[in-house]
Amino acid sequence: MSAAVQEVAGAGLAPRAPVMELRGVSRRFSRGLDLAAKVAQRLGAPVKEEIVHAVDGVDLSIAKGEVVGLVGESGCGKSTLGRMVAGILPPSDGAILWRGRDLRSLNGADAREAKLRTQMIFQDPYASLNPRLKVAEIVGEAPMVHGIVRRRDLEPYVDEQMRRAGLDPAFRRRYPHQFSGGQRQRIGIARALAVQPDFLVCDEAVAALDVSIQAQILNLFMKLRRELDLTYLFISHDLGVVEHLSDRVVIMYLGRVVEAAPAEEVFRRANHPYTQALLSEVPRIETRKRAFAGVKGEIPSPLNPPPGCHFHPRCPHAFDRCRVERPALKPVAAGHTSACHLNDRT
Amino acid sequence: MTATLEVRDLKTHFFTRAGVVRAVDGVSFAVDRGKVLGLVGESGSGKTVTGFSIMGLVDPPGRIAGGKILFKGRDLASLSEEEMRALRGNRIAMIFQDPMMTLNPVLRIDTQMIETVQAHERVSREEARQRARDALGQVGIPSPDERLRSYPHQFSGGMRQRVAIAIALLHKPDVIVADEPTTALDVTIQGQILAEAQKLCRVTGTAMIWITHDLSVVAGLADDIAVMYAGRVVEQGPVDEVLDAPFHPYTVGLIGSVPSRNRRGEPLRQIPGMTPSLLDLPAGCTFRARCPRAEPRCAEPPPMAEYSPGRFARCIHPYNVPEMAA
Repeated sequence: MSAAVQEVAGAGLAPRAPVMELRGVSRRFSRGLDLAAKVAQRLGAPVKEEIVHAVDGVDLSIAKGEVVGLVGESGCGKSTLGRMVAGILPPSDGAILWRGRDLRSLNGADAREAKLRTQMIFQDPYASLNPRLKVAEIVGEAPMVHGIVRRRDLEPYVDEQMRRAGLDPAFRRRYPHQFSGGQRQRIGIARALAVQPDFLVCDEAVAALDVSIQAQILNLFMKLRRELDLTYLFISHDLGVVEHLSDRVVIMYLGRVVEAAPAEEVFRRANHPYTQALLSEVPRIETRKRAFAGVKGEIPSPLNPPPGCHFHPRCPHAFDRCRVERPALKPVAAGHTSACHLNDRT
Repeated sequence: MTATLEVRDLKTHFFTRAGVVRAVDGVSFAVDRGKVLGLVGESGSGKTVTGFSIMGLVDPPGRIAGGKILFKGRDLASLSEEEMRALRGNRIAMIFQDPMMTLNPVLRIDTQMIETVQAHERVSREEARQRARDALGQVGIPSPDERLRSYPHQFSGGMRQRVAIAIALLHKPDVIVADEPTTALDVTIQGQILAEAQKLCRVTGTAMIWITHDLSVVAGLADDIAVMYAGRVVEQGPVDEVLDAPFHPYTVGLIGSVPSRNRRGEPLRQIPGMTPSLLDLPAGCTFRARCPRAEPRCAEPPPMAEYSPGRFARCIHPYNVPEMAA
């Protein structure tokens, strides 16, 4: 395995400097009170603003050339985290360091470079492309605006981007609706690569595609990684995809990272009860006529998460401490961290 | 013994202005009591239209253009709308991908469930409510008495799908057509729903057709499997045999594309190209343009052939059949 196995942030010196580092990053969403609610509050009614803790104190560091898989179920905050890493959404708390510099402290040309160097691939290839623009415009607009390419060189430049993403440049004058889902995802990839990024955030980038097309796009991601020395944050709910692609896997549950480890380690020696439950529930083509059991209970609302460890109401091993104290992410093996009180017991 | 449901050479075509779309073009399969048939295919393969045809839910410009759908020996395709309505929701039921296809957003759950019971049986309101309560309990909804008084929007996605399943169960149907009911759900919730489905087949003897694009779900759930491509079943047989030794090059490609079937970090085996448009299907084998084994003979439409007992494939040069090797 040539994969660089990195220590998680806070564990000390990393062999390769991280390109992206998150320190205690949180993101809250709140809806302001409307007029009626404000009046009611003045009059003494127990009206409170609702706050969703989408991401709650996440530490994460991603080294150059690494593929980090971010796994979790709906509402766990993985997309919000991805958006913050991509610089689309500012964090409420904590710092995001890009090549060692806080994103918030950058301005002017530096801020622009940081944004261009990190690009995002979205889940829905139907909603993420402007239906009124031709492919050549979708792919060529950003590099023109940012002065990466001059107008007279634009055509061959766009052709090269399209070819690299596996699209025939002859289609440059077509509109997005003339393409299939898989081809549209290739347009999204060509658009992202046109500004010459070195970091890609892929948010469920293959979730909407058929299996045979999904394999084509995953192969393209791996080819691009080799050719362009890209770093990936690969967000997915599909453990099979993440296992195949990632060097390191980070598991989130209700806004928090519960476990992080090299990919093989997670799939062989999962430590956190949530990770174990998740792995046992994944249907695999190798397991036939199995008895499905299902993890007990529902995913709690992030509006009102349970106290202590968020997973304790569904955890078969929960004890008193889990109900009151938030478990910290602690190392359990080399490069493997887990946030579970059970690890302190023995 | 006759199968609970047998589909014979079903053809469902859509007569659009742009031409005839042969969404389902000669599909045959059978499901027995207490068995699960996995109907697998990618988008546009015709698997959902097959399910809708069984339920008699194909709307114009589409119609069943040929073939038989035999439910306990009776041809559903030839029934009048009235006769079909007596069976639908009663003896054969459907679970949709989106539970809001089943649920009315402005009615309480009890109203909808009692209505469903009384639509097919002359029972008192109280008795119907009791049946509804039991069905909710059966699919693992906690405190069913209170939940009966809720509206659909008060449930989470997984709970809504359970309610939809409970409604499908109200009359203990002989056949359930489940169209990707877990695709929109999270892994841990999917596990719960699959567990309910399994229990159901075992306990009540319902025959189930599970439509999905996910081979891994079918691997764990189904007894038999039918793989669809461009409106036709290209391969079918017992789940172990199809997944362990697939005949048809498309099935081989589909299984090869599943990430867990590949060495970590190595390129996935992929099927080149994409699904052909149903408006403009190539003559002969529809998979020909993407097939690594294609040869001139494939320009003739390949017949469905039984290569070993109970194992069918629509291919003239199948894999994993040693004595057939050309």
